[in-house]
Amino acid sequence: MTSLTHGNGILIFIPDEWENVLNTQNKITINGRICFFEPGDTILIAARRNNVDIPTLCYLKGAIPTGACRICVVKVQGARSLVASCSTPAASEMVVETESPEVVASRKMTIQLLLSNGNHNCAARLSDGRDWTDFQLRVQQDDGNGALCPAWGDCQLQNLAYRYQVTGDRFAGDEKNFPVEDVNPFIVRDFSRCILCGRCVQACNEIQVNEAIDFGYRGAKTKIVAAGDRALKDSDCVFCGECVQVCPVAALMEKDTRFTCRPWETTGIKTTCSYCGVGCQMFLHVKDNRVVRVTGVEDCPPNFGSLCVKGRFGFHFIHSVERLTTPLIRTESGHFRETSWDEALDLVAQRLTKIIKEYGSDSIGVLTSARITNEENYIANKFARAVLKTNNIDHCARL
Amino acid sequence: MAGLAAAFGSGAMTNTIGDIEDADVILITGSNTSENHPVLSAFVKRAVRFGKKELIVVDPRRIKLAGFAGKWLRQNLGTDVAWINGMMHVIIKESLYDRHFVETRTTGFEDLKKNVERYTPEYVEAITGIPAGDLVEAARLYAGAKAASILYCMGITQHTTGTDGVKSLANLAMLCGNLGIRGGGVNPLRGQNNVQGACDMGGLPNVFSGYQKVGDPAVTKKMETAWGMTGLPVKPGLTVTEMVPMAHDGRMKSLYIIGENPLVSDPDLNHAEKSFSHLDFLVVQDIFLTETAKMADVVLPSACFAEKDGTFSNTERRVQRVRKAVSPPGQARPDWEIICDISKRMGYSMSYHCAEDIMEEIAKVTPSYGGITYARIEQEGIHWPCPTREHPGTPVLHEKSFTHGKGVFHAVEYRPPAEVVDEEYPLYLTTGRVIYHYHTGTMTRKTEGLNDRSPECFVEISDTDAGKFDIRDHEVVRIASRRGEISARALISGKAVAGSVFIPFHFAEAAANRLTNAALDPISKIPEYKVCAIRLVKEEV
Ligand code: SF4
Ligand code: SF4
Ligand code: SF4
Ligand code: FES
Repeated sequence: MTSLTHGNGILIFIPDEWENVLNTQNKITINGRICFFEPGDTILIAARRNNVDIPTLCYLKGAIPTGACRICVVKVQGARSLVASCSTPAASEMVVETESPEVVASRKMTIQLLLSNGNHNCAARLSDGRDWTDFQLRVQQDDGNGALCPAWGDCQLQNLAYRYQVTGDRFAGDEKNFPVEDVNPFIVRDFSRCILCGRCVQACNEIQVNEAIDFGYRGAKTKIVAAGDRALKDSDCVFCGECVQVCPVAALMEKDTRFTCRPWETTGIKTTCSYCGVGCQMFLHVKDNRVVRVTGVEDCPPNFGSLCVKGRFGFHFIHSVERLTTPLIRTESGHFRETSWDEALDLVAQRLTKIIKEYGSDSIGVLTSARITNEENYIANKFARAVLKTNNIDHCARL
Repeated sequence: MAGLAAAFGSGAMTNTIGDIEDADVILITGSNTSENHPVLSAFVKRAVRFGKKELIVVDPRRIKLAGFAGKWLRQNLGTDVAWINGMMHVIIKESLYDRHFVETRTTGFEDLKKNVERYTPEYVEAITGIPAGDLVEAARLYAGAKAASILYCMGITQHTTGTDGVKSLANLAMLCGNLGIRGGGVNPLRGQNNVQGACDMGGLPNVFSGYQKVGDPAVTKKMETAWGMTGLPVKPGLTVTEMVPMAHDGRMKSLYIIGENPLVSDPDLNHAEKSFSHLDFLVVQDIFLTETAKMADVVLPSACFAEKDGTFSNTERRVQRVRKAVSPPGQARPDWEIICDISKRMGYSMSYHCAEDIMEEIAKVTPSYGGITYARIEQEGIHWPCPTREHPGTPVLHEKSFTHGKGVFHAVEYRPPAEVVDEEYPLYLTTGRVIYHYHTGTMTRKTEGLNDRSPECFVEISDTDAGKFDIRDHEVVRIASRRGEISARALISGKAVAGSVFIPFHFAEAAANRLTNAALDPISKIPEYKVCAIRLVKEEV
């Protein structure tokens, strides 16, 4: 059986006997190569399935394509104009070109327009020096920080500017003066860098369905707002951070890491969330032996990239100064004193042995934990039964 | 999850999280999903908004998901068995049930039928407060679905009748043939990250890993051989809710507690505190000096999830990797290493090179984990049962048959909660969580931002009750039950319904469990956290 992942990561199974029939009917030519696609594919998905890279900005897996940014345009033979590959269904016998001169010219124009619009104070915005200094100074004042844009090096727009070798100086720069919103503990919103791709709106409404934000105002004033243009903290927002994860630029950022950590300084370790039973898959981003940021693992069950506020922002306990760092033994006077592992473990072993001798194994109970790993629970179970020789073992999930 | 095990022979979520979007009707009860399992709730919300699926929410509070539900039924606290019986009454009376499934896959239907006869919608309305018409509509909706999924959580289980509640949900699902199919099932949502794993791995008094029975001679023999020892105890042990009172009496001399904080989570906390002080020797192994650790004789510092390798099994039975990202602080060590060291000092050598070695042993002695290896779950977790290395895992349980052959209907009668309101204690209290905190708060309360969003305990009350007891929004009130009292700020909220209040249990300084009732479900031994009688008193100024 073949399976294809569709929409919100739902697996669709295709019986073997259909496969050949489907495949012979679902042929598309991309950049001169014959490729197969699955029913329901857009040109973009068909291309990705065949390892052809088409750049995107607004496309968000799991949401209904909006065709808003036009970066993903491709040339389809016979079509009058370029089409957005993310929202155009693939059809049999279609002939597609993904990097033709027209396509590249169109993408360049799109990128230039986006760059000239807003506080994109990375080197991609302007490089001829005309008003570079003034622009930098103004933006750095807005940011309250002397660095280049906080997404520098981790920005889809910057990547595209580099890939297509364009800067933003083709069009007259447009001032965007949206004040930075940082009055909540987790998320900084800076719409002076927003490219209005709408991914955050889709993430909030179509993926997490928290229905907290939407497009607001019109024309040049257009920005993303929570109901009544209120601060996130006074809205329906539950700080899942899905919008931050999908924002391709620096308009939405984690407060913790804005200007303090760059992606190439961190290593991502894939693991499982330690809070609730959903077991979301997440990356812990580590810098200097500290977890500095958490993101969801995309394309992987059970969460397909989503996290909640606890999983995404609740990691500070790991490096809390209140963590226990040495074994403690209670002294005669009732206070704790720090001790070595050897002393602590000897004491535990002796006392448990003595209690077993005097009162029997069943006078001891072990409470294992829904917080520790399977391996550790197994060891606790083995310890209670094979070493203490009691079945008095339970965990606190009843509680 | 004794109720599910009795019905199907296995007590875990029958279907997967992804399956939820395949259901035509989703019935959620006793789970404030959007706060407790936020990412899972997104599957439900998407199904409703974009998949045009029907959602029925049965909950005493007007929780967020009630706003997504086509039908929100508001039952009186502790009356779950009654409304479920009522739905089955309607479904049987109107012949909406799945005859084929009932005949071929189940036993006990006649008893069930007789039992629910009495539960007419009107009778049920008198007990639960759910209007008869609404109950009938919900019953038709559920029974009419091709695939209907039931999701539930502690709101069902944390009652003296919790096991009955679960059995009733199992009855309902079997009656409509909603088992063994995609989008169906009876799905308990596990509150803590690795409750499923703790149970799977033998962290229970009556079973070894993989639910192999204590006392079964073949199992005893097998484990003794595997572990290279003899004399495994054959009598099932005590549950945590039994251990605590025995500590109080002095019959339990020592507790070894790993990563738990029963001194906030235990029902009737005042009693538990005393019990712990009666112990001869208390060992606590944790990442923080919790309320429980503060009472210990020896405290052992352990590594947290980010500092060790291993696996967790999530609520849908998916075994997933945990990976070490940073080193533990100071001398803290992984829990398994600590236990192995003590074991060695007590004369039994347990030596493993790494967590993966332990998983190899688990796979050898645990049939349902037989095919789990780290290599196989490197990219994506696998759902147990996964008996062999070639087995793909089992997303949907009970496809062809139940674990013990036929599914068993249990005729269950409604019993009122252990404590009911009276003149002195006129309000019902129910407890639970808020989205920004987790369990006893030892982890989440270390993140400033989470505290900023949810800094302190509160008591959520309805407008009506606020008026009746003369309480203003944000005013500090005393909440008293027969067992203790705490203070908290009043929060007048549309989520609360007149007659009952809600308090989150994350806050040690105002621990809701000073109020709750330690009365246990006779089978699951789960305490009745979800309902007790209280009164509200204005704090003297
Ligand atoms: S954090 Fe989550 S709820 Fe808040 S706006 Fe972003 S996506 Fe929506
Ligand atoms: S905030 Fe980010 S994701 Fe949202 S529209 Fe702007 S650029 Fe796109
Ligand atoms: S991120 Fe949230 S929903 Fe996911 S496992 Fe962690 S606590 Fe649960
Ligand atoms: S990615 Fe296709 S239009 Fe934006």
